[in-house]
Amino acid sequence: MNRFQYARPETVAEAVALLEEYGDDARLLAGGTDLVIELRNRWVEPKVVIDLKHIPELTPSITVRDDVLSISASTVMTDIAEDELVQRHFPALVEAAVVVGSVQIRARATLAGNICNGSPAADTSPPLLVYDAVVVIAGPEGTRRTPVDDFIVGPGKTSLGRGELVTAVELPIPQRPFGAAYTRLTRRRGTDLASITLCCGVDTDGHTRLAYGSVGPRAFLEIDDTGTLADPSVSIEEKVAPLDQLFHRASPSPKSLRASPDYRLAMLRVLGARALETALGRLTKEQV
Amino acid sequence: MNETLTINTTINGRSRSIEVEVNHTLLDVLRDEVDLTGTKECCVVGECGACTVIIDGRPMNSCLMLAVEIDGSEVTTVEGLEIHGELNVLQASFLDESAAQCGFCIPGQLMSATALLHDNPDPTVEQVQEGLAGNLCRCAGYEQITKAVLAAAKEAMR
Ligand code: FES
Ligand code: FES
Repeated sequence: MNRFQYARPETVAEAVALLEEYGDDARLLAGGTDLVIELRNRWVEPKVVIDLKHIPELTPSITVRDDVLSISASTVMTDIAEDELVQRHFPALVEAAVVVGSVQIRARATLAGNICNGSPAADTSPPLLVYDAVVVIAGPEGTRRTPVDDFIVGPGKTSLGRGELVTAVELPIPQRPFGAAYTRLTRRRGTDLASITLCCGVDTDGHTRLAYGSVGPRAFLEIDDTGTLADPSVSIEEKVAPLDQLFHRASPSPKSLRASPDYRLAMLRVLGARALETALGRLTKEQV
Repeated sequence: MNETLTINTTINGRSRSIEVEVNHTLLDVLRDEVDLTGTKECCVVGECGACTVIIDGRPMNSCLMLAVEIDGSEVTTVEGLEIHGELNVLQASFLDESAAQCGFCIPGQLMSATALLHDNPDPTVEQVQEGLAGNLCRCAGYEQITKAVLAAAKEAMR
């Protein structure tokens, strides 16, 4: 690692001021599961590393206010997976959180960090897209909120501007029955980076939200309002074609060592159908 | 802002005040400054778990943390497992089941297993496998390691 200064701000304003001052020479430290590797390999050589874990409002917390569940920036995957409110309202997010890395990684990796790193394979992106999450951002101009769909830009890229940092991720609690499920494709059972990440959500008004990642520069969200996919009485065979259309943005890289493009495209359909079935099953359960 | 920082931490029950370089990992500091070399260095990218320690009750990869991050925390390393100089139940069980071959991964396996059994004193085979999925064993002693953890759980509940 290069020599850097270590900063431990105690307020968001202090962190923002440091970010403004140092720009690209600053790196934020939350869980560090990606940053410490980048530092060690000297992929990044910052002048200052800003540790966010001593800012009271960013310390791990999951709270509900006005039907919005808010997950603070240093909340880790283990916290999310163990939280009863998240389990009750956002099961697909739990399914994504529990497959991130290993037990050791989940004890350290944060949800905010997962989306800030901009990995196309980030497990939590698809459920956050399906649940219509909002990213809370603090910056020189104050606080702003942006839909996660606008926040995620491409590999390693987000819509964060200079001096900005994520303080929380908010998920609106569905006010009407909503069933959702997350699934992924890996080479082996257990700890692995996904070749496909996919989440599907359905409601009782015929809306289907489907998000998929790891098959293009970012995770994509598709919305189907025809009612066909969300209709439990329509057979899965009849859903193959409309489901296929939702994958029009998939463009898996031929350079990846994890899986070939053909295999990924074929498996997208399989995983899509599976997640849809599970989501519909959960929707039915919600209604009884 | 600092390039070195004095941190206060409890390691294996003993409180310490250590001055650390801010760009040193916890793994480096444990091995080189605190002289606790039971924690192993291997992949240094969070894949193998050889560097696993328990911090405030949760197992973590010490290769993925800066030492400054344990300021105010409680750390347990493999050296902290023995009780009055005797192996604890889990360690003894690893011996009984011949779970250690070359032994390099064992400190990490023990720490993950300790954290697992703390949260879940009576795990299933699948839960042991999941709990230890972040610990690779080049000697592939997974069967014996799993057996050892299950046997230790049984023993502890007697
Ligand atoms: S050395 Fe830390 S996980 Fe391999
Ligand atoms: S005993 Fe040799 S690596 Fe596990």
